[in-house]
Amino acid sequence: MAQAATTDTAAATPEEGAAPARRPSRFWRKVRWQALNVFAGLVLLYLFIPISVIILFSFNEPAGKFNLTWNKFSLDAWKHPFGAPGIESAVKLSIEIAFLSTIFATVLGTLAALALARYNFRGRSATNFAVFTPMATPEIVMGSALLTLFITTQTPTLGFATILIAHIMFNISYVIVTVKARVYGPDRRLEEAAMDLFANEWKTFRKVTLPLIMPGVGAAAALCFALSIDDFVVTQFNSGAEITFPLYIYGASRNGVPVQVNVIGSLIFLIGVGGMFLNLMIQNRRAKRDAAASAGAVRRAQAAEGTA
Amino acid sequence: MNWLKKRPAYPLLLPGMLWLAIFFFIPMAVMLYKSLETVTVDLNYQQHFTFDWNFSNYTDNISQYKSQFARSFLYAAIATVAAFLIAYPLAYVIAFRGGRWKNLLLLLVIAPFFTNYLIRTLAWQTILADNSVVTSTLDAMHLLSITDALGWTQQSRLLATPLAVVSAITYNYLAFMVLPLYVSLEKIDQRLLEASLDLYANRVKAFMKVTFPLSLPGVFAGTLLTFIPATGDYINAEILGSPQTRMIGNVIQSKFLIFNDYPAASALSFTLMAIMLVFIAIYAKLLGTEEVTTV
Repeated sequence: MAQAATTDTAAATPEEGAAPARRPSRFWRKVRWQALNVFAGLVLLYLFIPISVIILFSFNEPAGKFNLTWNKFSLDAWKHPFGAPGIESAVKLSIEIAFLSTIFATVLGTLAALALARYNFRGRSATNFAVFTPMATPEIVMGSALLTLFITTQTPTLGFATILIAHIMFNISYVIVTVKARVYGPDRRLEEAAMDLFANEWKTFRKVTLPLIMPGVGAAAALCFALSIDDFVVTQFNSGAEITFPLYIYGASRNGVPVQVNVIGSLIFLIGVGGMFLNLMIQNRRAKRDAAASAGAVRRAQAAEGTA
Repeated sequence: MNWLKKRPAYPLLLPGMLWLAIFFFIPMAVMLYKSLETVTVDLNYQQHFTFDWNFSNYTDNISQYKSQFARSFLYAAIATVAAFLIAYPLAYVIAFRGGRWKNLLLLLVIAPFFTNYLIRTLAWQTILADNSVVTSTLDAMHLLSITDALGWTQQSRLLATPLAVVSAITYNYLAFMVLPLYVSLEKIDQRLLEASLDLYANRVKAFMKVTFPLSLPGVFAGTLLTFIPATGDYINAEILGSPQTRMIGNVIQSKFLIFNDYPAASALSFTLMAIMLVFIAIYAKLLGTEEVTTV
């Protein structure tokens, strides 16, 4: 206590001594403070400019083939989101690939993350480097290298399988990094205690380890899904004749993107943001409940102490 | 009892690492091999590839496309610096002044990137079109004549100019810059900031001496996460650019997927990767970040 008080005064003295000479006036400090906030607000606004254009033009009825200039308000595209030829199968393929690659990459990546975070083994730093390399590789290099593998091994047809392979590949590293950050956290003694109680590795993993790392695994899976459904470059190199939603947009961009693309883009945006918002609300509520619970426990403990 | 320590880690690692080995590292080696092959076309217009250590794939293509290489690095560097200047104040405000709105503000930063990359880039096409509000406003303010003079735009239009390509790249990778910066700023102990204000008595100096150095891991991660994909990008240059803004990604993509000139394309792709690795190594040394692999 006494120590804290002395450092407080010691630190305060030079500042107060120097203050009148060096510090700008209160007004300018306020302006500077607000300027930064205003700038941050403008950046957020700027981030949403293209998004508002996308949503606005999903209600457009373009005059010609190109949905680039505003013509007339219409709900047609929203009534028939799959109204453009080929768009339905493209969206379906994208969702299938995203779903499957998320499952595979999350499982493979989580296992590797557990190994990297928990064990000290020969080749650990080399493995960490191997995990980092794909993330430091431009997508075009990754996609083209995989294509040369498929060409050289004369893989009969590029398509669903090769897209899936590629998406699992680029997702694994992201899962490992995301889950690893979480595994470092939880207390290992909890697992050791469980081992003493249950005496079964699988049960310990299922009842203790997995629930502890679940938030990390969930975040990794969400990231995988988002990366996969959005991927264009690696997919373009390894898709053969198959068309995912991003490839569909690319193909359409040359001779006029149908309004439906804006509708589906807006939908994906709304679902993604809605999901994240819901997640945020649940987390907030849980944090509040935990805080209330621990406050209650403290009160009960204090009451018990009082009676004793 | 203590399976966590006794059991080797290898079985857990094996499936994931095998996947990376077969579909990332071996392909890199195959691409290196392919880049040294020679193409011959027979009388039936069939391509044949023979491996003969054809190093001219490298020398010929690098000298032929050196301007595209240079342009890619230049555009990516400008976009990275611009993204940094835009993102740092935002990350700073969220981390230090966000209070209980922190998570919501972060959500707002990530939200735009839930729309597809191509749709976003196409939206910029609409925004920067010749008769759009943005273009006519900038033209009315005579700003476009200035950018014309600088060579960033031509004929007072925004579309099909370097300015359009670079600004779209900046926009498209902004989240990769904001998030690492936020994470490193958020970690900084508030008490250190208070101490620094006491020491330096000047906010700017306190920021330069304490806050900024402590956020360097975020600066490192953010600039790399922006610069690397920006260098290899070919979508922005294709949708918003012109033949004069072609980047190395456009060359590699067309050589692979349109001309099927695999050896030349592999050589270019491998060169891009090699330059990138050298760059990352130097950059890591300069910034003194040892934990490159754990960012």
